[in-house]
Amino acid sequence: MPAKRLWQLPAKGADQKMFLRAILGFIGFIFALALILSLGSGLKTYFQNPPAPLAAEEFHKEPKPLHLSSDGPFGKFDKAQLQRGLQVYTEVCSACHSLKLVSFRDLKDLGYNDAEVKAFAGSGKQWKIEVPSINPETGEAATRKALPSDTFPAPFANETAARAANNNALPPDLSLITKSREGGAAYVYSLLTGWANQQGYRNEKGEELLKKFPDAKTPPGLHFNPYFANLNIAMPPPLTTDGQVTYADGTKPTVDQMAKDVSAFLVWTAQPDLERRHAAGLAVALFLLIATILAYLAKQQIWHSDERPAVRETGVLDPENQAKTSRAKAKAKIAG
Amino acid sequence: MSFSWAKPYEPKHPLARWLDERLPLPRLVYGAIGGGYPVPRNLNYFWNFGVLAGIFLTIQIVTGIVLAMHYYATADGAFNSVNQLIMRDVNAGWLLRYAHMNGASFFFIVTYIHIFRGLYYGSYKAPRELVWMLGLVIYLLMMATAFMGYVLPWGQMSYWGAQVITGFFSAFPVIGEPIRVWLLGGYAPDQAALTRFFSLHYLLPFVIAGVVILHIWSLHIPGSGNPTGVDVKDEKDTLPFHPYYTAKDGWFAAGFLLVYALVTFYVPNYLGHPDNYIPANALATPAHIVPEWYFWPFYAILRSCTFNLFWIDAKLWGVLAMFGSILLLFFLPWLDKSPVRSGNYRPMFKRFFWLLVIDVIILGYVGGAPIVWWRTALGQIAAAYYFLHFLVILPLVSAFETTDPLPNSISESVLSGDAREAPVAVAG
Repeated sequence: MPAKRLWQLPAKGADQKMFLRAILGFIGFIFALALILSLGSGLKTYFQNPPAPLAAEEFHKEPKPLHLSSDGPFGKFDKAQLQRGLQVYTEVCSACHSLKLVSFRDLKDLGYNDAEVKAFAGSGKQWKIEVPSINPETGEAATRKALPSDTFPAPFANETAARAANNNALPPDLSLITKSREGGAAYVYSLLTGWANQQGYRNEKGEELLKKFPDAKTPPGLHFNPYFANLNIAMPPPLTTDGQVTYADGTKPTVDQMAKDVSAFLVWTAQPDLERRHAAGLAVALFLLIATILAYLAKQQIWHSDERPAVRETGVLDPENQAKTSRAKAKAKIAG
Repeated sequence: MSFSWAKPYEPKHPLARWLDERLPLPRLVYGAIGGGYPVPRNLNYFWNFGVLAGIFLTIQIVTGIVLAMHYYATADGAFNSVNQLIMRDVNAGWLLRYAHMNGASFFFIVTYIHIFRGLYYGSYKAPRELVWMLGLVIYLLMMATAFMGYVLPWGQMSYWGAQVITGFFSAFPVIGEPIRVWLLGGYAPDQAALTRFFSLHYLLPFVIAGVVILHIWSLHIPGSGNPTGVDVKDEKDTLPFHPYYTAKDGWFAAGFLLVYALVTFYVPNYLGHPDNYIPANALATPAHIVPEWYFWPFYAILRSCTFNLFWIDAKLWGVLAMFGSILLLFFLPWLDKSPVRSGNYRPMFKRFFWLLVIDVIILGYVGGAPIVWWRTALGQIAAAYYFLHFLVILPLVSAFETTDPLPNSISESVLSGDAREAPVAVAG
């Protein structure tokens, strides 16, 4: 019989399995060891030099609550409010922010008719920026008035131009802003009404920002706004005075009202499908509810028909079993 | 099929007979999911999730094919083709897109329930080891498909997710970085990566469908397991799949789709991340890069390794631990040597099972949340437990535990309600 070599696998099935389990158990130990050592070194670092508190963490504010008519499963847009929001966007925000994903024809959702949309896009009254085009005779670059099928024209030709005009900050496109920020419309509303004087600013706990973090002073060119993630935003407050726009429907254009209206408008630009989605969801949910009930009744009929071979469904949760158990317990006077 | 009493397919219509002699496709279906497949009669509702996973695979393929008709796989056009063309201009495009996006999440929800059902009821044990392993192959393919699908809208999380995940490869010394560059087709995710991800994202679901067929085929040889884990002994123990389980699966699927519809129509972005509505920007790293929720437990394991042990650095430990946490499941049939399948009759195993469930939930929470020292510590303990559970505790439990007595047969267990009542009734 040849000598058993060290690296030879055990011959018998049971031994092989034992061998496999031993190897895997060893690997498990090694991984656990790596993780426990990670834990130890992490805790050691934490207690030896605990991380310094950050101004952005302790003075950042969560968005204020904002209630819009589009909230909730039956929410619908308030068209008058969207129209006011469009007006705020057009007269204020559009100076720097694009709305690249929205077409003028989509404005029909806001309650405008075809003629109004056409006028809005191309009359040159509300919308002065023209769309790049080609001169049909010479082929040279030209511009034309926007058509309903065009998207909202961007205020800057490209990112470099936008940054050059804005102290090297890039005003983000607003089409999806309420979907791309934590807090959605409430965030936009809070930010628009959130600029504050940094001198003497205190958080909810009553701590004064500049006393606790003297280094956190807003750098020149930036503006202090506690709703912004790092507290300092490049955008100066755009809505500064009541009456900055004049609403046609007589709503009082306070800063708060304008901020709310434009936030509602930006919910629409991000989710123009919202009303259709809510309506379709109700129909689908009702259909599936009825389907579920009918299918459940069909299942009950099949499982409890006489055609089914004897021996009932099992399980302690089976209502019949439960009833029997509780009857038996009652008879035997066992509680529970 | 598997049992002698399985009803044979008897075509009645002459056309059906004609077809059966030439291409017995209806016979195959009848034997697989029709009256010709005997199923243990005592299945509980946890056995509905396999069929549900099949339904969600179908939903994903159908919505995905239509979405692909409108999608542009270009670095310049991808974001707008999703967020402008599909979401605004394509008829019901928003519905297709939200259904596909949430369909992926629901596919993972049902798959996780399906996997944990298998873990609790010992579905990985002989003679179903291959069913289990093929299931794991499906799961791995699902993860790859979901990851690549998440890259396609080319938002910030898409881009940085691709950056992080492909970065795993660079953890391996020497060959790692060239492999990463080769996989991406560049030094960072860009056009080349996007096009190949799109191609693979379209291909892999059909590979999944193929492995699903193998998964079901290998299941139908021994037949379905059941909550007692006791083998089927005779005809009394089974019911034909149709109409009993088609009916039971049917209503449950309708009810589950109702939940899916409520999420899709009313909170479609709840399971997603807001940053993915910002176009990809290679120059701006998001504050917190997190994958989709279904990867959070593995992401937590990856981030938990922060210590250079032996000659392996922390990053490589993280990558090895993350891959290892899934690969070790392939050895489960041999790690757990208890002959008793069902956790119902394994008191000690049952406790550790629920501990594992809690452990994985903790890992998921840690993986999805921003890094804080105590959360990292919690994740490290949970990750260590995960490995110890499968590789050390489970083999030991199965060696030392005293199991509860098993019922003699499925039909006896079914009748236990009456059996329990009978002696008490006599006494009373």
